[in-house]
Amino acid sequence: MLLEDQGKRLFRAHGIRVPEGRTIATAEQVPEAAGPVMVKALIPAGGRGKGGGVRRASGTAEARAAASALLGARVSGHTVRSVLVEEAVTVSREMYLSVSIDRSLGLPIIIASGSGGVDIELVGGPAFHRWTVHPFLGIREFHVRELTAALKLEGRESAVGDLLRSLWAVFTSLDCELVEVNPLILAADGELVAADAKVVINDDSLFRHPDLELPEPDGDGIEAAARSEGIVFVPLDGDIGVIANGAGLTMATMDALSAHGGRTGAFMDLGGTDDPARVRRAFELMAASGQKVVLINIFGAMTKCDTVAQGLLDALGGLDRSPATVVRLRGANEERAREMLLAKGIVAFPELEDAVREAVDRGAGK
Amino acid sequence: MIIERDTRVIVQGITGHQGRYHTRAMIDFGTRVVAGVTPGKGGELVDGVPVYDSVREAADEQGADMSVVFVPPRGAADSALEALDAGVRTVVIVTEHVPVHDAMDVIQYARLKRARVIGPNCPGIASPGRGKAGIMPNPIFTEGAVGVVSRSGTLTYEVVSSLSRAGLGQSTCLGIGGDPVVGTSFVDALRMFEDDGRTEKVVLIGEIGGTAEEEAAEFIRQKMTKPVVAYIAGLTAPPGRKMGHAGALVHRGRGTTRSKIEALEAAGASVATDPWSIAALVARAGRR
Repeated sequence: MLLEDQGKRLFRAHGIRVPEGRTIATAEQVPEAAGPVMVKALIPAGGRGKGGGVRRASGTAEARAAASALLGARVSGHTVRSVLVEEAVTVSREMYLSVSIDRSLGLPIIIASGSGGVDIELVGGPAFHRWTVHPFLGIREFHVRELTAALKLEGRESAVGDLLRSLWAVFTSLDCELVEVNPLILAADGELVAADAKVVINDDSLFRHPDLELPEPDGDGIEAAARSEGIVFVPLDGDIGVIANGAGLTMATMDALSAHGGRTGAFMDLGGTDDPARVRRAFELMAASGQKVVLINIFGAMTKCDTVAQGLLDALGGLDRSPATVVRLRGANEERAREMLLAKGIVAFPELEDAVREAVDRGAGK
Repeated sequence: MIIERDTRVIVQGITGHQGRYHTRAMIDFGTRVVAGVTPGKGGELVDGVPVYDSVREAADEQGADMSVVFVPPRGAADSALEALDAGVRTVVIVTEHVPVHDAMDVIQYARLKRARVIGPNCPGIASPGRGKAGIMPNPIFTEGAVGVVSRSGTLTYEVVSSLSRAGLGQSTCLGIGGDPVVGTSFVDALRMFEDDGRTEKVVLIGEIGGTAEEEAAEFIRQKMTKPVVAYIAGLTAPPGRKMGHAGALVHRGRGTTRSKIEALEAAGASVATDPWSIAALVARAGRR
């Protein structure tokens, strides 16, 4: 997800009008304001308004105070490192407009609402108009006519058309999952202004956009370290770390722990690997995250059981202290892996149910 | 269903590490792998399978009903489009991390060609005793009458393996893929299982994110006569976090495990609370 100021620079480059503004990192940099301004926390997350990350200031002094309150604060789980100070547009009416992907239909979809004050949770509800867009056709004149009518912008069809085609250009040229303007403002001067810009780029497409500077993802050191090795690590609030191969299997293991009274302290998806060193690194990261118990659940396929056993033994050999470790193995090279672990005194369970019970017994419990 | 003994399968990206390994495994499973495609490697042989420079050549020389794509993300969509353009009826895209706009293009082109896409980011399809297109491990399967459809990979293998240990063989196992946009949906799969003479019962393995399971529930309620046993992973996953799969994300309060379980139960499916209780539920499930 891009920060709002990045999104707005993109919008401006595509001819969409956005409020005049400046990005600053210290309160001293707040520019002299001629009138009311908006001070907005630049974080890669939605729901900033509800989280207190958007403030209105009547002049320079208030804007400085707002900026200094926001800078360094935590908003919606992110630390605010910069804020956007921009002119407060005189609003005639607020609207909603986005282009995203409808997962069920597998098609791009325009969602719009002509009334303002949109609660993001309601997007897609009955007050919203929707049009799928075929990727081979793109935006056509009828889309523009219908959107103009839906937004009650009669007489402004050419402005609506320019805006929609520009949003579509951003959506397609940057491989977006979402391009959202909330609110889209009909300003007192009659122009359409994008008062916000939310642009979410598809992670799998980033190789096509090497010049994009994406905000640093949040998360502690372990999460970032895991990410840099292609391992998915999500910290949770229990005390049993789960390492499994595959997202579905890892989630199923967490659910089973919970159903038996345990609490998962971290989710780790090893993914597919044939490298024991990667398994070793994964276990070391999990051990460093302070779990009381680590439950390893492997169904050997692309990742073989003996690869995991080797990585685990290497990790345990190199660690001074390690959490209680419960291992469950099935699938490719299961027997060999079981023997490798048994030689070091580790019994690997064949049944997931037994491993889950053992892990719960060793954890803090309910 | 989808793959039969006489289905002519080609492998795109056959000369890569994954392509070679899984070509061997597909042949061992009994699949009729007739050709491979890697541009620039035409004339080579991989495990006795002739390699061609293009799908069109492979199709002209050997016939091609189905293609399995092992091409890396940058070229996966192009390979799939090439296969569709050459008239291949079913394209299985195993590749993970395919750009989502590419996936939409491929799926829409398949619709125009009245062809089927499975995936992307999927383990493919296996019909024990008939053939396999994809990467599911051979030893977990036994022939039987249970149809399995899933968004997961290893979790599916886990469930299939437990079914086999319980003496419940499979008619077809279909991995539809973990991405937000996929070519074959749960509903498509359920419709095929309902019509498939070899399938008596169906196991559906879903996970958090999207509304595919809710749509499946609606189809079960309206159209399915065969019993369905479901399991949904992710009950304890925190909202707003991507749990490994790009599609496994609870967004704006939609796609929670609860809503899926409730919809499936209301539709008459039995929902397992643990992966290991699926086999027992399948054994018990009777015709409705």
